[in-house]
Parts: sequence; C-alpha cells; structure tokens
Amino acid sequence: MAKKRYEPPQQSIAGQTIDSLFLLALVFATLFAPLYLGLAGGGKTSLEFKDQTWAGWGQNPAMQAQWEKLGYTDGAKVVTKKEDGTEEVTGNATSAVDLVSSRFDYSFDPLWLAITALVVILYFYIVFHWSAKEYRDVIDEKFNNK
Amino acid sequence: MSQTTTIHGEKISLLRVLGPGHVWALGVGIVLVGEYMGWNFAVGKGGMIAALIACWVAGLLYTCVAMIDSEVTSTVAAAGGQYAQAKHIVGPLMAFNVGLFLVFAYTMLEAANAITLGYLVQTVGTMAGFEGVHDKPFIVLTIVFLAWLNYRGVYATLTFNLVITAIAFVAILVLFTAVIGPWAIVELNHKDLITGLPYGWMGVIAALHFGLWYYLGIEGTTQAAEEVRSPARALPLGTMLGMITLLIAATMTWYICSGLMPWEYLGQAVTPLFDAARLTGSGPLMVLLFVGTIFSTLASANGCINDASRAWFSMGRDRYLPVVFGAVHPKYRTPYRSIVFLVPVALVFAYYAPLDQVITFSILSGLLGYTFMSINVMMFRRK
Repeated sequence: MAKKRYEPPQQSIAGQTIDSLFLLALVFATLFAPLYLGLAGGGKTSLEFKDQTWAGWGQNPAMQAQWEKLGYTDGAKVVTKKEDGTEEVTGNATSAVDLVSSRFDYSFDPLWLAITALVVILYFYIVFHWSAKEYRDVIDEKFNNK
Repeated sequence: MSQTTTIHGEKISLLRVLGPGHVWALGVGIVLVGEYMGWNFAVGKGGMIAALIACWVAGLLYTCVAMIDSEVTSTVAAAGGQYAQAKHIVGPLMAFNVGLFLVFAYTMLEAANAITLGYLVQTVGTMAGFEGVHDKPFIVLTIVFLAWLNYRGVYATLTFNLVITAIAFVAILVLFTAVIGPWAIVELNHKDLITGLPYGWMGVIAALHFGLWYYLGIEGTTQAAEEVRSPARALPLGTMLGMITLLIAATMTWYICSGLMPWEYLGQAVTPLFDAARLTGSGPLMVLLFVGTIFSTLASANGCINDASRAWFSMGRDRYLPVVFGAVHPKYRTPYRSIVFLVPVALVFAYYAPLDQVITFSILSGLLGYTFMSINVMMFRRK
C-alpha cells in the first residue's frame, strides 16, 4: 500500500531567517575550524645551508641566471622579531634562501592514515545506505512502490 | 517569501538563453585560472616531472568526469548539476551532501580568485610606482561586482565570461608561440632547470593534490542545464570542447614555465605565467599575461558565483534549505537570493584565509564530489 504523500509544513519568514543565519554560521564554522586547528595545509620544514652561495644551495648557473632575472640574490637573510611584533630584516633582504630552503615534510603515521581512510569509507557507506532507504520511501510514496 | 516566483499567476523559472559557447565559457572560464595560478604548487610538492605526471593523470581523470557528466546529464538535466543527479539517482541525503560539496568547492575557488587578483594588482601597482596599492579593496570590488553581474542576468554574465576566457586562452597561446621555434624571444632550458624528483615517488603522489587544479571546476557546466536552449546538445559539446581546451592549455603552461624557472621558485610562485612573461623580457607579453591573469581570475570567480548559487538555489527549491533560496528574480530570472547569500562567505575567506589553504578547501570539496560521481554513474547505468 502506498504511503500517504508527505506535505511539508509552511515555514514562517522568521523561521527561515533564523535557519539561514544558522546555516551561515555552520558554513563558517566548518571551513574555519581546520584553519584555527592548523589542520589545513601540509607540514613544512627548512633545509640548513652552511654555504650561502648559489652553488651551496644546489643551484646551477642556469638556475642562478633565472633567479637573478626574477630579482633574487644569494647570501644569508636574517629576520628578527622586535618587541612590538614587527620583523626586522638584516643581511641580504632580497636573498632567495627562504624559497630555496623550504621543503614539505611528508612523514605520516600509518595508523592515522588508516583511521582517515576508514572515516571516509564509513562516511560514504552511511550516506549511500541512508540515501537508498530514503529513495525507496520516495518511490513508494509517489509511485505506489512500482 | 515563497518557494517559487509567480507573475500574474504564471510560475517564473530560470531563463533558457544559453548555447554551447556559453557552456564552454562557464567550464573553461572557471578552470583556466588554474593555469595562471595554483597548478604550480604541484611543482613545489614534487618537482617538475611530478607536476607533469599529475597534469596528465588528472587530465585522464577529468576526461572521465566530463564523459560521466555528459552521459548522466542527458537524462538528468537540471540546475544543481551533480546535486540534481544525486537526488534522482542515489537519494535525498546524498543529494544534500553533494549540494554542500559543490557550494564549498565553488565558493572557496571564488575566494582564491579574488586573492590572486588582489595580489596581482598590488604587485603590478608596486612595479608601476604606486607603492601604497593595497590588495583588499580589489578583492572586495571583484566579488561584489561579479555578484551584481550574476544578479542582473545569466546571458550577460556568461557572454562576458566567453569574451574574457577566450582572451585569457589566446594569451597562453601567444606566450607559447613566442618561446618556441626559430623566432623564440627567449631560450627555454628544460635540460638544466628540470631536476628529477626531489621527493621521489612520494612527491608524485603529493603533486596529484594540486594537479587537479589544472581542471577543477569543468564539471560545473552541468549547473547550466536549466538555462541552455538545448541541454542534450549544448552540455556535452561545451563540456568536451572545454576539456580539450584545458588539456592543451595545461600542457603548454607546464612546458613554458618548467623551461624558464627553477623548481623551488615555480613551486611557490603566486602568478607563474605572468612571471614567465617577465622572464621573456618582453613588455607587450608582460601586459598580455597580466591582462590574461586578471581576466582568467575574473572569469573563474564569475563562473563560481554562477555555479554555487545554482546549487544553493536548487537545494532551496527542493526544501533541503530554507525555501527563500528557491526563488527566481521576477525581472532578471536569476536565483538572486542565493547569489546574495553566498557573497559574505566568499568575502570573509578571501579577506582572512591564506591562498594555498583556500585552494585546499576547494580541492577537498571537489574530491568528495568526484568520489560520489564515480559510484553515481554505476548506479545510473543499473537503474
């Protein structure tokens, strides 16, 4: 036997406004949470160079030429934080050292990788499973389960 | 405030005025900015070779995405794109989730575009002697102007996209032509600048993350399903032509940039194609690629507002969200409330969040959507 057709209740303007603002707050919370928790973006590390020259940084003459065309130089750059929170750059301010020495840290814990994979699989399983149930309800309601 | 808009008792829907060219402009317009910025973070993740592998592997995956969309949309042609597909094929809960993936992916991409445009105006302004140029006003202006354009009508919005996207694509073609062949104005030096795989094969896997950026958003063409004159013809034609355009543009972009910049610079550059033009030393090329970068970011943000608002509108129309969002403007026939609602979200993230993390949000939302699509197409064929 077909289910009775569902008629959603009419929502007041005040109710819709509150819902809309709540949704907006949820969107911000969902997207800003990883930023505040530092979960977005990969871990970074930095190479240490004893020789602060292009060759010491592993740059060949062709690379050096392109760095220089882009306005960069070799040599050490020292950034010190002052008490008022501002940064003071001493040494070679146009040095490419920050760019050349920057590296990603790809070390990871296999356990956390497995947990993440499990969460994603579980999430999709639950959503597909419940959706299938809801889909059958809709078909039943509209087409008498035919 | 009701779910539908009516005038003299007649129900008003979105306007069917678009052709295949507009569909191409919507898809390529959103994505082409990926060639101007963002793809190069794949170089930082794994080196030049890893970025090329990512470019082609992602290209293959996105060709499949475009084909899946063409196949499914032939039956389920409705605003909301993949959201509408999920509603008709999988079920309500999946549809709600897919709708949110779409809105997050496009709104974050819109924010990334505004950040890039602001950065570029600030950089070029400083180069031109305007030391006090600040990026924030340009970020706000971009988002507000494009939202207003979307509010006023889809035909003007996507015709504008068609023109500026075509100019941005031609700019890449001109740069490519200028650096290859006997007339090349600068010598590409792949031999000395490409350094293998600095992170090994782990870097190749990491590079796939930003390899998606070459094509992310092409699936947005399906959002125009209720606004094209002939969905069965225009959507597959526009989408597949878009994919061909992007594969050509992506490969040319990698070739130009990897022959001009050290990988450590390229992997962290904000505007790599503009930097490539700077390295040619040609003033006209610099102006052209500056214009190309500005146009591609505008086209992408414009298309993102279009797509995110259609997904939000469709969910409102179906009562997954408050029904106020399901209304169509009585005069301009656009989902105006959804367009306005998403403006502050894009503004806040463009103002406060760093570029690479905004891009990551967009990519992660996209990835969840692609996972859905692959299961969805199998269910579609079974039903």
